[in-house]
Amino acid sequence: MTERKLFEHELEERLDAVLFASPSHRSITRLATTLESLPRVQQEKVLHWAGVAAKTYAEIGYLLATLAPKAFELLDDEGFDAWVLSGLDAYDRFGLRPAMDQLRNIELFCAERAGTAVTRLADVEMRLARFVQGLSGRPLAVRAGQHAWTDTENIFLPELVAVHTSAGGNRRLYKTMAALLWAQTRYGTFSVDIEARLGEWADRERALGWLAVLEAVRLDARIAAELPGLAAEMAEVRGPWPEELSAAIAHLTRPEATVSDSLDLLAGFLSGGGVPPRLTFAGTLDPAAAWRVRAERIQRDTETLRKALATLKGMGGKRLSGEHAVSMAMANDGAGMEVRVDGEAVALPPNLPPEAQAAAQSLIQDLGEVPPEALTPAGHGQWTPTDKTGPGPELASDRDADHRYDEWDYHRGAYRRHWCHVYEMAVKPGEPGYVTEVAQRHGPLIRQIRKRFELVRGEDRMLGRQPDGEEVDVDALVDALADRRGGAEPSERVFSRRVRNERSLAALFMVDMSGSTKGWVNDAEREALIMLCEGIEALGDRYAIYGFSGWTRTRCDIYRVKGFDDAYDAAVRSRIAGIEARDYTRMGVAIRHLTKLLAAQPTRHRLLVTLSDGRPDDFGDEYRGTYGIEDTRHALLEAREQGIRSYCVTIDRQGADYLRHMVGPASYTVLDQVHKLPLKLADIYRRLTR
Amino acid sequence: MKPDPLAPELARVAAEPYYQPIGDEVALFEAAYRRRLPALLKGPTGCGKTRFVEYMAWKLQRPLVTVACHDDLTTADLVGRYLIVGEQTVWMDGPLTAAVRAGAICYLDEIVEARKDTTVVIHPLTDSRRVLAVDKRGELVPAPDDFMLVISYNPGYQSVLKEIKPSTRQRFVALEFDYPAADVEVRIVATEGGVADDMARKLVKLGELTRNLKGQGLDEGASTRLLVHAAQLINDGMAPVAACTAAVARALTDDAEMTETLNDLVRAIF
Repeated sequence: MTERKLFEHELEERLDAVLFASPSHRSITRLATTLESLPRVQQEKVLHWAGVAAKTYAEIGYLLATLAPKAFELLDDEGFDAWVLSGLDAYDRFGLRPAMDQLRNIELFCAERAGTAVTRLADVEMRLARFVQGLSGRPLAVRAGQHAWTDTENIFLPELVAVHTSAGGNRRLYKTMAALLWAQTRYGTFSVDIEARLGEWADRERALGWLAVLEAVRLDARIAAELPGLAAEMAEVRGPWPEELSAAIAHLTRPEATVSDSLDLLAGFLSGGGVPPRLTFAGTLDPAAAWRVRAERIQRDTETLRKALATLKGMGGKRLSGEHAVSMAMANDGAGMEVRVDGEAVALPPNLPPEAQAAAQSLIQDLGEVPPEALTPAGHGQWTPTDKTGPGPELASDRDADHRYDEWDYHRGAYRRHWCHVYEMAVKPGEPGYVTEVAQRHGPLIRQIRKRFELVRGEDRMLGRQPDGEEVDVDALVDALADRRGGAEPSERVFSRRVRNERSLAALFMVDMSGSTKGWVNDAEREALIMLCEGIEALGDRYAIYGFSGWTRTRCDIYRVKGFDDAYDAAVRSRIAGIEARDYTRMGVAIRHLTKLLAAQPTRHRLLVTLSDGRPDDFGDEYRGTYGIEDTRHALLEAREQGIRSYCVTIDRQGADYLRHMVGPASYTVLDQVHKLPLKLADIYRRLTR
Repeated sequence: MKPDPLAPELARVAAEPYYQPIGDEVALFEAAYRRRLPALLKGPTGCGKTRFVEYMAWKLQRPLVTVACHDDLTTADLVGRYLIVGEQTVWMDGPLTAAVRAGAICYLDEIVEARKDTTVVIHPLTDSRRVLAVDKRGELVPAPDDFMLVISYNPGYQSVLKEIKPSTRQRFVALEFDYPAADVEVRIVATEGGVADDMARKLVKLGELTRNLKGQGLDEGASTRLLVHAAQLINDGMAPVAACTAAVARALTDDAEMTETLNDLVRAIF
C-alpha cells in the first residue's frame, strides 16, 4: 500500500462504494472532507470497517466513518478496532439504537479501556448461569439487560461492568448481583403481591428503590445463614451498609424476616423524604413482570404435577383421590420434600417422572408448599413429558428458538454471538407407499448394496499366539514344548484370544431441503437415503438423518427424519418420503447443531455426511457467497475439533471450485449427474467406513 | 497344607463394614437370600451399592467375591481357563466358578460394562436351575443354597449401548439406591469422614448444589463417596476449600469452566 493520502474525490468514490445503501448518502461529500486529513493507514482502516459495518447495517457504517477522526484522536489502532467491534456487538445483541449509543460514547469507551477494567457479561455468562443453576436447582437463565433485575425465570445483568480496576473485582460484582437476584426468587421477594402494596405510595419509583435496598439487606442475611462463603465474598464487594439503614438491618437480618417486613419498613424511609442509596450490586425490582411470570410458572408446574399424579396408581400405598388430604411441603431441614397423606408422611413415589419432581420442587420454592389443587390428579390422560413435535414450521417463529448458535463473520474475523435461531421438528410424513415402491423398483440394486455392506461388517476373530487369553493355543504350545526340548527359548505366547472387530461408528446424514432441490434432486436424495438405510441396517451402525432448510438467521429449521435412537420403521420410512424442497441453505448453523447431536454419540468414530446441491445460500445477500462458505468452513473445523469427520456430497453441474477450500481436500465428492446419487452415496459410505 | 496359588481361599468379611440403612433394603436382601433369588442393585455411582453388598456379606456370614466388570471382560474371565504349568495344562476357576463352589456372594459390579455374551453365562445361575455351566471342562457346577448372585448397574448412563437386556434383568429382584436424604447423608459423611456434624452438613449442602448441575454440563452430581473423601481430607487437616476442590470439583469434571463453577459453589459454602 502506498503512503499517499487519499484525496477527497477518491475517498468519496470509495465511500460511495461501501455505503451506497445508506440513507445518509447525500452527505458523503462532507464525510470525505473530514477523512481527508487522516493518514493513509487510518483512512484504509475507516474504509474497511465502514464497509464491514455497512454490511450489517448501512447507518452504522456511516456513523462509524463520521466518528472516526475523533476516535483516532482518543484511541490507538488496537483501541479503534475494539471500539468498532463493541458497536457491532451491541447491534447484534440489542439492536440499532444501543449500537449507535455505544459508538457515539467514545469517551466512556476510552475511560473503560484506560482506567478501569471492563468485564463483559459474555465472558462470565456461562459461569454465572451454572452458578445460579447450582444454587437454585431450577432453570434460571442469565441474560443481558439494561440493568440488573429478575423476572424469576431470567436474571438480567448489564452487558458490561466497569466499576473495579481489576477484572476480578468486576467478576465478583457480577456474582454478587446474580446471587442477590437469585435470592429474590429463592427467599420469596415476590411471594406477596408487591404491586398491590405499592399503590399505598404516591412516589412509586422511590418506594421501589427503597424496597430494593431493604430486600438486599434481608437477602444478604439469608445468604449468610446458608452460604457463608458467598456472603463473605459479597460483603467484600458491597462494603459496609449505608449508615441510614442501621435500624432496618437489625430488623431485617432476623432469620424469620420476610418481604412483608421490608414492605412494613418502607413507610419510615419514604416519610423521611430521603432518596434511596444507589447500590450498584443490588439490582432493581419489577414486581409486575415477576408476579406475572411467577403466576404462569405456578400454573404450569401445577398442571405438570397433576398430569403426572394422574398416571400414578397411588401414593405411598394409598389411593390418591379427593377423599384423602394430601400435602407436600419442604422438609423441616430445608432440604428435600415431604409428602403427607392424611397427615402421615410417605415417601415420594419414586416413579414420579423427574419433570414432575422438578415441578413440585419449583412450586415449593414459589409457595412454600405444593398447593392442594396441584395434588389432585388430572383427568384421564397419558403422561407425556414434553411435546417434542412442537408446532409446525409455519408457527416456528412464534415460539422461542430451541437453540441458538454463533455464526462466523469473516468480515469481522469474529463470531456473531447467538446469531442463528434453530428450531428442531420432525418431517411431516409423506406417502406411506413411497418407500416400498422405491425398494421394489431398485430391488436388485438394494440387494447388491446389502451384500457389499455385509462384507464390511465386523466379526469376532480368534487371535492365536497371544501371551494371555481365554484358551490354550495348542499349535503354539506344541511349538513351545518342542523348542524347550530342543534347548531353545520357548515362546510365552501360547494362548488364543477372541478380539472384537467392532465397528464403533455413528453417522449422521444432513440432507439439503432447500428450494433448489425441488424435482430431480429431491427424488434422488430420497432414493439415495432409502438405499443407504437398507445398506446400513445390514451393517448395524448407528445412524441418523436430518434435513435442514431455513429462511434467514432467525428461522433455521432442522427436520428430524431419523434420530439415532429411532428404528428404521414405518414412521421413519414415511418421513423419508416426506422430505421436500423448502427454503434456503444456511449450512453453518445446521452443521453446528447436528455436530452437537453427533458429538453426544458414545461411539469411537463419528461421521457427518452432508448432502447438498450447491453452495450455501440464504435469503438476502448477506449469506450468499464468501460469507456462507467461510461460515460453513468454520462450522466444519469446529466439528473436526470435536473429533467428527465430515464428508460432503454435492450435486452441482457447475462443478464446485469452492468445495476444496470449504471442506478441505479428499473430503468431498461432486456429482454432475443426479441419477448417480443413490448408488454413489451408499458406495461412499462403505468406502469411508471400511 | 500349603495354599494353592491357583485356587485361593475365599475370605470372609471380617469386621462389620459401616452401612447406614436407608429403607427396607436390608430386609429385602435377606429375604431374597433366603429364597435363593439373585439381586440387582441400581443407583448412581458412589451412593453405597458396593458398601451395602459388603455389609450384607458380613451380616449373612458369607465370603464375598467382587468382580468389577469392564468392556473386555470375557466369559473365561468369569468362569475360568486352562493355564500351562510345566508341560501340563491346569484348570483355574474364575471368580464366578470359585464363588459358586464356595457358596459365596458373587457381586458383579457395573454389569453393563461387560461384553454382552458374558451375561449369558449367568442366566442358568439365576433361575430355578441354579447351575453354572463350565463348558470347557464339560462340567455343570450346581450352586449350593448359600450362593447368591448380585449385580449392579447405574441407570444414569443414558447410553443405548450400555443397557441391560430384558432377558437378563427380568431374573433379578431389584433394589433401588439413590443419594440418601440430607440428614441421613450428614450422618454418613460425619461417621465415615470423621468430621463434626456441622462440617458434614456443609459438605452435604455442597453435594446438593452440584447435583443441581446434573445435565447442565455435569453427567452426575457429587456422590456420597466424594463427600466422604472430602470429609476425610478435612479430618486429616486440609482446609475445607482445598479439600473440596480436590475431592469434589476436580473429581467431577475436566472442563476448566465447570471446575471454576464448582469452585464457586465450594467457596459459597465455606
